[in-house]
Amino acid sequence: MTDIGWAGLGLSGLLVAVAVALSLWRQLGLEASIVWAAARALAQLLLIGLVLDALLQPGVSSAWAWLWVAFMLVVAAWTVARRAPVVPGLFQLALAAFATSAVLTLGVLFGFGVFAVNVRTIVPLAGLMIGNSMAATVLVARRLVEELRDKRDEVEARLALGQPAEEAARPYVRHALRTALTPQIETTKVVGLIALPGSMTGLILAGVNPFDAVRVQAAVMYLILGSVAATTTVVALGVRRRLFTRDHRLVRAGKPEPVP
Amino acid sequence: MLVSARRDNASIVCAAPPLFGFEQVTVDGLDLPRLDAATGTVPDDGVTVVVGPSGSGKSTLLRCCNRLEVPSSGRVLLRGGDVSGQDPLRLRRRVGMVFQRPTPFPGSVLDNLRVAEPGLDEVAAARVLEAVGLDGRFLARPATELSGGEAQRVCLARTLATDPEVVLMDEVTSSVDPAARVGLEALARNLAARDVRVLWVTHDLEQMRRLADHVLVVIRGRIAYAGPYATLDTAASPAVHRFLAAALDADDEEVGER
Repeated sequence: MTDIGWAGLGLSGLLVAVAVALSLWRQLGLEASIVWAAARALAQLLLIGLVLDALLQPGVSSAWAWLWVAFMLVVAAWTVARRAPVVPGLFQLALAAFATSAVLTLGVLFGFGVFAVNVRTIVPLAGLMIGNSMAATVLVARRLVEELRDKRDEVEARLALGQPAEEAARPYVRHALRTALTPQIETTKVVGLIALPGSMTGLILAGVNPFDAVRVQAAVMYLILGSVAATTTVVALGVRRRLFTRDHRLVRAGKPEPVP
Repeated sequence: MLVSARRDNASIVCAAPPLFGFEQVTVDGLDLPRLDAATGTVPDDGVTVVVGPSGSGKSTLLRCCNRLEVPSSGRVLLRGGDVSGQDPLRLRRRVGMVFQRPTPFPGSVLDNLRVAEPGLDEVAAARVLEAVGLDGRFLARPATELSGGEAQRVCLARTLATDPEVVLMDEVTSSVDPAARVGLEALARNLAARDVRVLWVTHDLEQMRRLADHVLVVIRGRIAYAGPYATLDTAASPAVHRFLAAALDADDEEVGER
């Protein structure tokens, strides 16, 4: 096991000093931001470390880990809703999407015994799943609202031909889902070629056999891929339901009613 | 000669039960209502032209006919039946609509027609195209690469593929060139001759003169005149006369600028 120790951590802080020095030299005015970011990252990680350390004490119930997962779900849904304010009622939708995805993806990984269910696995896996699905969730929600707003004429022309709302929306839902899923697919394709993912790097640095690290990493990539697909689909279908009425009309969202 | 025969015919059928009845139709807007207790009828005959200043609620009135819009209060009747009690999807196949801007869907013209009628074979599709004055070779063309006039014809063909009883046409010539405009006007008259009713929204009074059997004047969310084109000049209220005079001036200016 590699252990850099507190002294090692302190010395690595020299690299922050390098960044600050460069900022001063080139008059970027970013010194305060750099120091703040570095300090904040350390504080957050230490806090997480403390909580994890407490949770990993022998005899601690895994219920605490699940509670933490529930907390992450709420924070993630809130963050997504805040980042796409044009989408009506996105908080509930995102929460439902993350919860569905958690049940689905963690259900497979734990249900088939890929990972043992314990505090050590629950929190990091749920964190990876949620953290990596947020961007795609925001993207699909925004994209679908924009599509249906910009192509309003086209959508209404489909409705006017007697197409039900689900069918009239299908090409736009499809487009939004493809847009949101593509970046994750691209990332998955080039993994290892361009970037070594953080969790694998962490495992290797911590002294784990590279092949063990690779297997974990591949499982994590599949977890993320499945999770991104699940959350975006739930959100896209939910947004679609909110943007059409029961009697197959397109409601006006994200923009004031235009004067006819 | 043809025109006068048409007008006579129109005045006889006027007594028939209305195609559309609007009863106190109100549609709320942001501050002012977009329709304000609009009341009137569209006779079950020929071409009815809906005119009025821009923002008066013409399009909203049209959109209430196929339930793309739902009144906050009041009723819209289609041949005596309240449209709110009908399945909107079936209603929209009885009451087709062509929009202001052409809305070709991605794909070929045939794909477009099949959105309206999934089982449509190529022979039937070519027949529908013929009805809008396009020949069968258009079926394979990408719909989004057509000219504005051609695209608008394809949109009309798509609507006709559902075999509607009525076609709502919402300023369909406003974004096409003059030649295409003449073509679309002729198509509207053709439809009327084939017993497909037409509701034609425009702000162009010259176009109204060329097309109308009946006229509905919408001013500030209310139906200010509903009746035969022939009696528009004599029977209309002062408000309608003011609108007609103002619109004529505007038309003259437009012509002068060209």
